[in-house]
Amino acid sequence: MSGGDLPLPLPWLGVVGEVPSLDGPSLAHTPAPVVIAKDLVAPAAAVAPPVAAPIARSATGVVERARNWWREKRKPHKRPGSGIPARKIIVALRNSRRVSQFSFLFLFLFLLVRTEFRGSFSGGATVRMPYPVEGFLLADPFVALMTFLSSHTVYRSLWWSVGMVAVTVVFGRVFCGWICPFGTLHHFFAWLFPNPKSGTGGARRVRANMTHPYQNVKYYLLGAFLVAAVCGSAIGGLFDPICISVRAIGLAVLPAISYVTGRGLDQVSQTNIHLFQQGSDVTRDALVATVLQPKQYFFHQTWVIGGLLFAVLLANRWIPRFWCRALCPLGATLGLIARHALFGMEKDHSKCTDCNLCLVDCQGADSPQGGVKWKQDECHMCLNCETACPEDVIKFRFLPNRRSATLAQDGMDRRKVLVAAATGAAVLPLARASDTLDSNYYDRLIRPPGSVPEREFMERCIRCAECMKVCPNNALHPALLESGIEGLWTPILIPRIGYCEPTCVLCGQVCPTGAIQKITEEQKLGNPVRHVEPIKIGTAFYDQGRCLPWSMATPCIVCEEFCPTSPKAIWVEEVDVPDRNGHMVHVQRPHVDPQLCIGCGACEKVCPVQDRPAVYVTSVGESRSRTNVILLETTNYNRS
Amino acid sequence: MIRGGKSLAVLGAAGLTAKLAFDRGGWDLGASTGVREVRDYHRSDRGGPSDFVVARGTATTAPTALVEQALAALGGMGRFISRGDIVVVKPNIGWDRTPLQAANTNPEVVAAVVRMALDSGARKVIVTDASCNDPGRCFQRSGIWAKAHRAGAEVVLPAEHKFRSMRLGGEVLDEWPVYRTLIEADKVINCPVAKHHNLAKYTAAMKNWYGTLGGRRNRLHQSIDVSIADLATFMRPTLTVVDGIRVMMRNGPQGGNIDDTQRMNTVLASIDQVAIDAFGCTLIGQRPENLPYLRMGQERHLGTMQWQTLRPREVAVLDDGSVERRALWVPEGEDPAAVAFALNHARRPMVIT
Repeated sequence: MSGGDLPLPLPWLGVVGEVPSLDGPSLAHTPAPVVIAKDLVAPAAAVAPPVAAPIARSATGVVERARNWWREKRKPHKRPGSGIPARKIIVALRNSRRVSQFSFLFLFLFLLVRTEFRGSFSGGATVRMPYPVEGFLLADPFVALMTFLSSHTVYRSLWWSVGMVAVTVVFGRVFCGWICPFGTLHHFFAWLFPNPKSGTGGARRVRANMTHPYQNVKYYLLGAFLVAAVCGSAIGGLFDPICISVRAIGLAVLPAISYVTGRGLDQVSQTNIHLFQQGSDVTRDALVATVLQPKQYFFHQTWVIGGLLFAVLLANRWIPRFWCRALCPLGATLGLIARHALFGMEKDHSKCTDCNLCLVDCQGADSPQGGVKWKQDECHMCLNCETACPEDVIKFRFLPNRRSATLAQDGMDRRKVLVAAATGAAVLPLARASDTLDSNYYDRLIRPPGSVPEREFMERCIRCAECMKVCPNNALHPALLESGIEGLWTPILIPRIGYCEPTCVLCGQVCPTGAIQKITEEQKLGNPVRHVEPIKIGTAFYDQGRCLPWSMATPCIVCEEFCPTSPKAIWVEEVDVPDRNGHMVHVQRPHVDPQLCIGCGACEKVCPVQDRPAVYVTSVGESRSRTNVILLETTNYNRS
Repeated sequence: MIRGGKSLAVLGAAGLTAKLAFDRGGWDLGASTGVREVRDYHRSDRGGPSDFVVARGTATTAPTALVEQALAALGGMGRFISRGDIVVVKPNIGWDRTPLQAANTNPEVVAAVVRMALDSGARKVIVTDASCNDPGRCFQRSGIWAKAHRAGAEVVLPAEHKFRSMRLGGEVLDEWPVYRTLIEADKVINCPVAKHHNLAKYTAAMKNWYGTLGGRRNRLHQSIDVSIADLATFMRPTLTVVDGIRVMMRNGPQGGNIDDTQRMNTVLASIDQVAIDAFGCTLIGQRPENLPYLRMGQERHLGTMQWQTLRPREVAVLDDGSVERRALWVPEGEDPAAVAFALNHARRPMVIT
């Protein structure tokens, strides 16, 4: 309205309907001037009350503007260049890709939230997950390949990943563009960060989405991880996108959300206003019944895991889908398979006008533009390029013509591949020559029940954190350096935070790679009738100087009360001891029977000596090890 | 002028905040204040023919029948429950154990109490407990969730936010987080299981109130008898129904082995939580004098250890389903505990005529 030189049309001065609109033809047909004119006529004729007029007028103005905005929005965007519209099938496929991404992200989050035991009135005495909550990991070819190379087996449902390989052979990396929940998160953040409305946004995005050499890094990483796997370490799980999603969202994001909502609603409760308190209770009940857990979960060192997720999502600010393009070893695995996929892009280079519209929303940075070779192994099959192309250059089809859209040489440096492989091979001896595994075993390295021996555990554990998420007592935690650098974020049991629930076998059930075997309740608890030995994960010890009955003439034995074995591994000695005044106090002094103790840590969890408990569990005596034992009768080198 | 006004406003706001949120400091900031709280749900008792009932059956008697007979002998559930009441039934769902291991209340007993409360016109019956092991497992594997749900109860699992700090003002328990679901009710029915406890020797009714507390309950054991008495002082139920269908005789309170349990086919019901424990301890061969918390309860006027003063009645459900009822009577000069023991350990339901 600042234009002073051009007088604005004043509708009420002219004849209604004859004033040409300056806003273009679409406005000329709107009934707006008519209404305004009526409003002005009305007070003069004293028909309508005078107050109603301005209200009606402003309301019509809003409706008017909304309608115009809607019409503008519905008008088909004029495509630049020749303006050839995208094929309907491609637009439909692009839309289905969006639906698919959303659905799979939702499915992933749903399964993650359901990776817990809540109990139900319909459940019986046997507790299992009703469906495979770890499904995404089972369909992960990188996990399958890595653990196959390290353990020479394909553990149970990991064969699902063959299905994903088949899909990739036909359609290319659709997993990355259509399914991967971590990829969808990156897609979303990459869309969120570079503001498309900023002046140079388009050019910046075109530059960012061109193929860069850093995209080869993921292949070097893949090489290093696979060689490390051959040498016996599944350390590549640290970089698997599904593992990261479960680990970071399950152990960091969800507990953090729980913490924030809990504190917030506590504040609301403390207002002491009844209505607010009730609202807070209802909200909390609803959240606990759906997404959050009934108690706050805490995880060892989880800020590192959460911080890394934050960092890698933030990286999208500078390089869109930095993770997927540069680091993802699963993407690299699928890329290697996708090189010869049946479905692919065909380019008519002669028609290309170098408008670069295809690059604005390119996800994989796979060179869709004309004049260069398309990199099929980088393409996420998002179909944004063909939807955007106004010149009929790009066409996706089965068995594309390789002459116009040639499979690119990957430009990888053979020397660098060798360096990567050597790095992978070097990881293991360096880690194992450190003292942690064979010589100076950390006494608190308590593995979940049903875990395989430590070396095999390293071959199988992909650090996906499913076991930690499912543990009902918050007992399992990502290790930092407890089992050496090689064991980063593998599960350890910290009894002080939570003990191992004796009848629970859920960690083994959700473990996708068999690092924790799928045991039954009978195998875990033992059955003397059928001569089944219980599975021990450690042994409890007393710190008598801190124990109330042992050193402070005070009755206690909560440890004995919670000891779940039958007969109890903790037995008590009835004694009368003098207090400092010489009065005799009757106390029960607890002792551990190492034959019966299963190391569940219930005693350590409930010991009232708060900071450093008077009873604690160490890993010695664990069933899985033939050497980490105390008693002669359990030392059996011939035991399988 | 405007700038001056703004500075004055900032200064005023800062001063006001400092005035309102002034903290004098000092050491005993966290000390509890306020009046001592007591939850007495027993006030609306209409009275009945008896205040203490022992119902005994045989191995084939359904627990439901025993509960029904016991309540009938007390004067019916209608004596305790009014139309429109919100009733909380508090079983022992402390442990991840199955019904055969008898560490939790028998699910049939809980379901029977729920059904009878609903039949007496209760608007809502809530079944809940603050478990020791993972609550989901305890509620599901004890069978109580299924049975109580089918009987029409609302089964509520404990969650952190359902506890609120309260002033109990007991001898050892001053301020503790209390499970709100349990105390936000019109009537509370205590429904424990009788069992051995290695520290407290025998536990049922009074010790069941451990389930009202959150926080680190493990410290209560240093003075377990006073803690039990403190809790029973705080919670005074409308009615207590003790499950003695299968009783854990040793390795309590958790057990884990069916060999530790014995089938006793008994249900006790009373308005007096001290008397019912004084009688019940003979189920596992204990004597009331050995349980200091009973004496404390009596001294605090929570009830009486002399169950024979409560017009006790015995109901025997025989194999053929017939029911025999009689007044329980302790002969002059005889030890009530010995009489109770003889009653509890008779091989068959005994009716002395």
